[in-house]
Amino acid sequence: MSFAWAKQYEPKSPLTKWLDEKLPLPRLVYNAVGAGYPVPRNLNYMWNFGVLAGVCLMIQIVTGVILAMHYAANAGVAFATVEHIMRNVNYGWMLRYAHANGASFFFIVIYLHIFRGFFYSSYKAPREMIWLLGVVIFLLMMATAFMGYVLPWGQMSFWGAQVITGLFSAIPLVGEPLQVWLLGGFAPDNAALNRFFSLHFLLPFVIAGVVILHIWALHIPGSSNPTGVEVKSASDTVPFHPYYTAKDGFGLGVFLIAFCFMVFFLPNALGHPDNYIEANPLSTPAHIVPEWYFLPFYAILRAFTMDLTIPFTGIVLVPAKLLGVIAMFGSILLWFVLPWLDKSPVRSGSYRPLFKKFFWVLVLDMLVLTYCGGAPAEEPFVIMSQVATAYYFLHFLVILPIVSQIEVPKPLPFSITEAVLGKDESNPAVRTGAVGTGSDGGLPDGSLQPAE
Amino acid sequence: MTIRLGGMIFGLAITAVLVLWSLIPGVYNYIAGPAPEKQASYAFYEKPVAPAGGFAFDGAFGKWDVAQLQRGYQVYKEVCSACHSLKYVAFRNLRELGYTEAEVQAEAASWTVPGIDPNTGETTTRPGTPTDRFPSPYPNAIAAAAANNNAIPPDLSLMAKARPDGTNYIYSLMIGYTEPNAEKAAKLGFETPTGLYFNKHFPNVNIAMPSPLVLDGQVTYADGTEATIPQMSADVAAFLTWTAEPSLVARKQTGWFVLAFLVFATSLAFLSYKQIWAGLKPKKK
Repeated sequence: MSFAWAKQYEPKSPLTKWLDEKLPLPRLVYNAVGAGYPVPRNLNYMWNFGVLAGVCLMIQIVTGVILAMHYAANAGVAFATVEHIMRNVNYGWMLRYAHANGASFFFIVIYLHIFRGFFYSSYKAPREMIWLLGVVIFLLMMATAFMGYVLPWGQMSFWGAQVITGLFSAIPLVGEPLQVWLLGGFAPDNAALNRFFSLHFLLPFVIAGVVILHIWALHIPGSSNPTGVEVKSASDTVPFHPYYTAKDGFGLGVFLIAFCFMVFFLPNALGHPDNYIEANPLSTPAHIVPEWYFLPFYAILRAFTMDLTIPFTGIVLVPAKLLGVIAMFGSILLWFVLPWLDKSPVRSGSYRPLFKKFFWVLVLDMLVLTYCGGAPAEEPFVIMSQVATAYYFLHFLVILPIVSQIEVPKPLPFSITEAVLGKDESNPAVRTGAVGTGSDGGLPDGSLQPAE
Repeated sequence: MTIRLGGMIFGLAITAVLVLWSLIPGVYNYIAGPAPEKQASYAFYEKPVAPAGGFAFDGAFGKWDVAQLQRGYQVYKEVCSACHSLKYVAFRNLRELGYTEAEVQAEAASWTVPGIDPNTGETTTRPGTPTDRFPSPYPNAIAAAAANNNAIPPDLSLMAKARPDGTNYIYSLMIGYTEPNAEKAAKLGFETPTGLYFNKHFPNVNIAMPSPLVLDGQVTYADGTEATIPQMSADVAAFLTWTAEPSLVARKQTGWFVLAFLVFATSLAFLSYKQIWAGLKPKKK
């Protein structure tokens, strides 16, 4: 940790002293999420979701590993083994509903975490690497969730696998052989189910690995905060433990109440009834829809209804399907360059009046996309999703860079302490710049350099 | 700068393609083009309805009405099971409907299930045992299709979860065999195709299954309840809700204990959070 005033771990008992010499694991935990990690004192509840996402990952791994003990990844019996879990395994229904709703809640938490990042520009220097790793985690989560949804081998599992792997067939020349290679056949069947199960078991541990990198990268500059002003002195921070362990503990309780309410009282509300019908390659569902957390991106995929042609010649330059695929992947991949698109020196949206308005338009835009992604492909939903898709790209790629150039931000507080306690009470030492130096020599100075 | 410029070009290009090739022709078609053809069935379809008074297992405190489940089982056994299996439900599960061990044994034995002759190895049939599942009356899917005008009667184990608003859907389907409004049908040129039956609660209103419940008193209930068609429909819908989700009541009851514990634990967490932060006096904005 880079702050000079961070508390140092001191082993007291002979056992912890011995352990600290051989393998300083308690020291690592102490510095990562203990009293040795100084955190800005002004974090609001939006800073709870990182910890909650970690809890979600653990819930998914624990329930998933137990479910895997009772599940068989074979197209002939997969659906029946899920019913076996629901009916014959002790509390199997609880495990399965916790796992299925756990995926939904993981995405709720991660979307709030991402939008916290959008609003407070958590992606800006010096935190670009944390953001990039976060986008990697999000992509891995999407792959894991998609493959997990195939495993019950219901109608939506099967047809979802057909549609999503079909996206790869849009790639020119190699697309169709690529889809066959991915599925291990010409349609989803036992080969696809088996490899999806294998990858679905593997990827959460890959995610856990990237999460460790994400937290490691976080500890280099330290946590961001709602003012966007960097930490300047010890009075700006409090130790993670007990202050944020207590606050996150309360947040975790609220999260678990919402989560358990869904698991025990509305366990199928976020699912699709068709997935209680066994996969049938000969019967296509009336509307194939992915899980709710993919709907915004599904709407972007479906927004491109016409091929890109040379007008009046009928020559197709890019087929509509490929356009949709490019846009869908592009809509997430553009997050990778977000730190370099927004060059405003001010981080927090609270001090950026124009940015703030566009942020809320983006939130509304994502909700419209979610709604349209779940609606049948008819008017007026197609037009709505096209307008919303256009705004999505314009927001990130055009509006954000321009706003960051022309906007006049509100005055920032001098320090976090001043923002919390007010100007009068703030320690004069803070104002005169009695700032500690970091052990690695590099203290985030909050001088609000442009991102490039 | 390069990233911003490249991003802006990509953003404008993809938006231009979307707006010029997809959105503008789409809006033009929507305004000037012909209205999309709607199937005539849309004019007759009605959403599922709940029986008067709902079900005993509705709501967060719902419980099974065991007598109703037994009546529903009787309807399934005497009517539905002529065509439909319950392949995920075993006879032993009937214990949950209030039957004793001996009654379950006797009940299982009253069903005929496929078996193998222990002496010759030939396929044969034998009386059921509690560990057997409710069998299909057809040896395979082809036989089922051949006997039913090419429509395979689906397994009913999960029907109440496999349709939107499933329990009410089953109830509504049973009472939905009416005649289409003659005036409307004549106007739209609507006719139920041969071999199908009109049902206003079936998504495309033409269903391959003939009305299974045709007469009041079709089933003589063991508990003396009057077997009207709505009564039998509600009872079998309740039974099929149990087959789809046997853990429904246990789940809700467990949920109350879990929530009570969590609310208590969260209150403690909130108090400790307030106490730990009290010394910092954060100013409220």
